[in-house]
Amino acid sequence: MQFLLAEGARLGLSLIGVISLVAVNALFLIWMERKVSAHIQLRPGPMEVGFHGALQTIADALKLIGKELITPEDVDKLIYLLAPIVMFLPVLVSFLVIPFSPTLLIRDLNVGVLLIFAFSTLTVLAILMAGWASNNKYALLGAIRSVAQNVAYEIPLLLTAMSIIIMAGSFQPSVIVAQQGLVWNIFVQPLAFILFIICGTAETNRAPFDIPEAESELVAGFHTEYSGMRFAIFFLAEYTNMFIVSAVATIFFLGGWQGPFLPPVVWFLLKVYALIFLMMWFRWTFPRLRFDQLITFAWKILIPLSLVNLIVTAFVLKLVR
Amino acid sequence: MNSAELAPSTETMLLNLGPQHPSTHGVLRVWLELDGEVIVNADPDIGYLHRGIEKMCENRTYHQCLPLTDRLDYLAGTANNFGFVLAVEKLLGVEVPKRAQYIRVLLAELTRISSHLFWLGTHGHDLGAMTPLFFAFREREELMDLFEMVWGGRLFPCYLRIGGLAADLPEGFVEKAWDFVKKFPERIKDYHNLLTKNRIWIARTKDVGVLTKEEALDWGWSGPMARGSGVDWDIRRDTPYSSYQDFDFKIPLGTNGDTYDRYLVRMEEMVQSNLICRQVLEKMPSGDINVNDPTVILPPKEKVYNTIEGLINHFLLIEKGITPPKGEIYQAIEAPKGELGFYIISDGSPHPFRVKVRGPSFVNLSPTKVLAKGRLLSDLIALIGTMDIVLADVDR
Repeated sequence: MQFLLAEGARLGLSLIGVISLVAVNALFLIWMERKVSAHIQLRPGPMEVGFHGALQTIADALKLIGKELITPEDVDKLIYLLAPIVMFLPVLVSFLVIPFSPTLLIRDLNVGVLLIFAFSTLTVLAILMAGWASNNKYALLGAIRSVAQNVAYEIPLLLTAMSIIIMAGSFQPSVIVAQQGLVWNIFVQPLAFILFIICGTAETNRAPFDIPEAESELVAGFHTEYSGMRFAIFFLAEYTNMFIVSAVATIFFLGGWQGPFLPPVVWFLLKVYALIFLMMWFRWTFPRLRFDQLITFAWKILIPLSLVNLIVTAFVLKLVR
Repeated sequence: MNSAELAPSTETMLLNLGPQHPSTHGVLRVWLELDGEVIVNADPDIGYLHRGIEKMCENRTYHQCLPLTDRLDYLAGTANNFGFVLAVEKLLGVEVPKRAQYIRVLLAELTRISSHLFWLGTHGHDLGAMTPLFFAFREREELMDLFEMVWGGRLFPCYLRIGGLAADLPEGFVEKAWDFVKKFPERIKDYHNLLTKNRIWIARTKDVGVLTKEEALDWGWSGPMARGSGVDWDIRRDTPYSSYQDFDFKIPLGTNGDTYDRYLVRMEEMVQSNLICRQVLEKMPSGDINVNDPTVILPPKEKVYNTIEGLINHFLLIEKGITPPKGEIYQAIEAPKGELGFYIISDGSPHPFRVKVRGPSFVNLSPTKVLAKGRLLSDLIALIGTMDIVLADVDR
């Protein structure tokens, strides 16, 4: 009984912690994105609300909460309403297994990495649901693009992930981090790191792979018909996905929480946000790829490269051990 | 059995792109028939910004038409004024003094740079490169400041007059123009850094919207669009007007006639325009800015206030207007977007009998259907961007 109570309290606390982390992270990332883009584009960005616009996103969030939730006519109501939830819930689950430090993690599952990948795949379903149910042609096109893109990029993502996993010999995030005690994987597997970041950027639908919501083509893509907080949840999920992808990349390649002097959590977050900054940098520098080029890139370049990487890794490991 | 019979039967989807759409550059509406992402048919539908400028001109005096021409291609107001003013002057048979010609060339070339900068920014933005927009607008803003010094506004100049200019250049303008002209070649490197060698940019623009030299001529393309296809034709060089023969400049040409070539042509045109501006500033003559013809140009104020002849002259020009002789005239200039021609029929009255505008945007837009067919939706966006259309110029 006591054990159940303790576990229940632990889970409840974790849930609160995760939700607040997600919210604060999204608020911060939106502000960060606006600032990064502004400085790349020779402008100051938000400056009015709070110190250098730090409270701007809070004001924006409050505005979005106050907006009317419009449900357009002739939408497939059940799916339309479910889509934001399906988008957001898997994102929360992924936080269960992310090790922020040796002690700060909710569950140290031995299939942790697998769990993250499995649940992050669900976002495709949500995008498809949103695009299909919206009864809008732009949304539908966005959804079609998204499915094709995510299926194409999931493969090289998992293949590169496999090459790290066979090195560590485990799906357990903490083991993968511990395995990189002396040399981080980025130095052992530089190609895998590059592949992983490219696929991760594509998985999160960020530029230059942002074709599902390509503003200048599809207006807003799959979430064209969503307003108010429903739209905000898509937004929230996008930024949280960025965090998760960067967190996984940190675990895989940058030695997770490891680092001198500073506490482990600080190191972990530093690495995550550095990677997020890299992704933002991509977005504000590169043009957008065309749909067919994007798919060609995945099938003809990324998948063969990641396969080669996996085979070489396996081969070398066999020789060494 | 051929492959068409084996393929599963599919329906095409009709998509109404515009008139409210982020990248149709105004109120262009394109009826799209899509097979998945592939365009089966693209039909541009125009007329949402039709204001009847040509018809309105018929009830106005020649000078009252001038502000209307501002609103043709609103990104290059001076170029429109330039064409109209030159046409009327040709009808009247007057030639403005050298200084006025040089000032007109200077402003027209600065306008070309500003128009091309706008194209660069929006074209990049359409293809997902958000940042060149802000770099281009940094320079455009400086140009806008220059323009504001001259005519007090930003977009609608109305600074040129039939037979001269509204006023001489303001004090301090030449120095500021020199500043800009000197630093612009450095600034243009920023845009090249962002786009020219970018693999994604090349992939998005190469072999998109290809028109061969012959086809480009058949479709009536002119300006940078035709030069991108290798048509060696520039009105500034081939039929010089307003002293363009005094200046030394190159006409950049493309070879493949695709969007990337047109991008390179426009980028080089900015450099060449800047060169022309430099030469104008170096050679700027002094002297009058208006023709010495009382039937065209208003008398100076001291004459109006002190002599009865001056007063009558002023009264007649204001109340009645300029009366060119009977006849018809066509005058074309090299506007930033291509050949901008004015065809004016005069019946000898102070109002033009007919004004026909040959706007470059309309002609540039016309092969959309051919160029978009069989391409992807994203290519259509690149096409609209490379055509550099202003819907106000298309619909008039």
